Amino acid sequence: MRCEDVSQALPEIVDGAATADLALRRHVDTCLRCQAELAQYRKVLRAMHQLRTEVLEPAPGLLADILAKVEEAGERRALKSLLTKRRVAYAGAIAATAAAGAAGAVIFGRRRLRAA
Amino acid sequence: MDQAELVAAAKAGDSRAFEELVRDTYTDVYALAYRLTGNEEDARDVVQEAYLRAYKGLKRFRGDAQFSTWMYRITANCASTAMTKGKKHRHEELEDEAPLADTRPEHDPEAAGDAELLRARLNDALEELPPRLRSVVILRDMYDLPHQAIADELGISEAAAKVRLHRARRRLRERLFPKSEEENAHAV
Repeated sequence: MRCEDVSQALPEIVDGAATADLALRRHVDTCLRCQAELAQYRKVLRAMHQLRTEVLEPAPGLLADILAKVEEAGERRALKSLLTKRRVAYAGAIAATAAAGAAGAVIFGRRRLRAA
Repeated sequence: MDQAELVAAAKAGDSRAFEELVRDTYTDVYALAYRLTGNEEDARDVVQEAYLRAYKGLKRFRGDAQFSTWMYRITANCASTAMTKGKKHRHEELEDEAPLADTRPEHDPEAAGDAELLRARLNDALEELPPRLRSVVILRDMYDLPHQAIADELGISEAAAKVRLHRARRRLRERLFPKSEEENAHAV
């Protein structure tokens, strides 16, 4: 195995997600150049993990902006839900009125038949 | 209340609980957004959009990951959308294969032996990466998101995510540990 081939594979195996095949491991074990390159990848990976803990302070006001946006969305949602409930209530009332009307008409019709 | 309890309360309609979740996570989410977009203005927009989406989609959050991890995914997605819309990207014009190696001897971190210097230079190198490479390496190597999750949020295949990660890692290493002229000659 040549150093160039190993070099191609190193970025994939540095975090242990992909397993290095036996030939590659043997090459790295005996090649100082590839060992050095692998060590460099590991240093970069460690530094990436360390950067994760670095605090990047947002400018003041971001929290208030987020909460305001969320609150606005919440109000819109509440309004929508209220309108939907009212629509359901209106539809229910109309349906109830129609049903009562129909029942009344049936009763009235029957009485007229009996009277006749 | 811990995050899981806050999520449960927020799902049940407790707006205070959602507010608490925002307070707990927004600096971290902002840091990710800033790293992905590379500038403060876009990062603020991305964070606000991410929380809005989280609020609207909270009922769909199953809770099999932490709330913060879920927020990282949403943030990655929002940042990706913002970047595709063609906002300000100082380094978008860089080609994937453009040489980034900084060969100035005073910038050799091994010689300096200074982890802090290495981190500072890594920050610079990340900023210089094209956004599509930067996003993947940040989400994978800094925030530990799985390949599939990264692919899903960036709208690419898992194979493409892996290729981008490979390129990004290689370029970061080349940038931070530039080869000497002798090594370059040997490589040729």
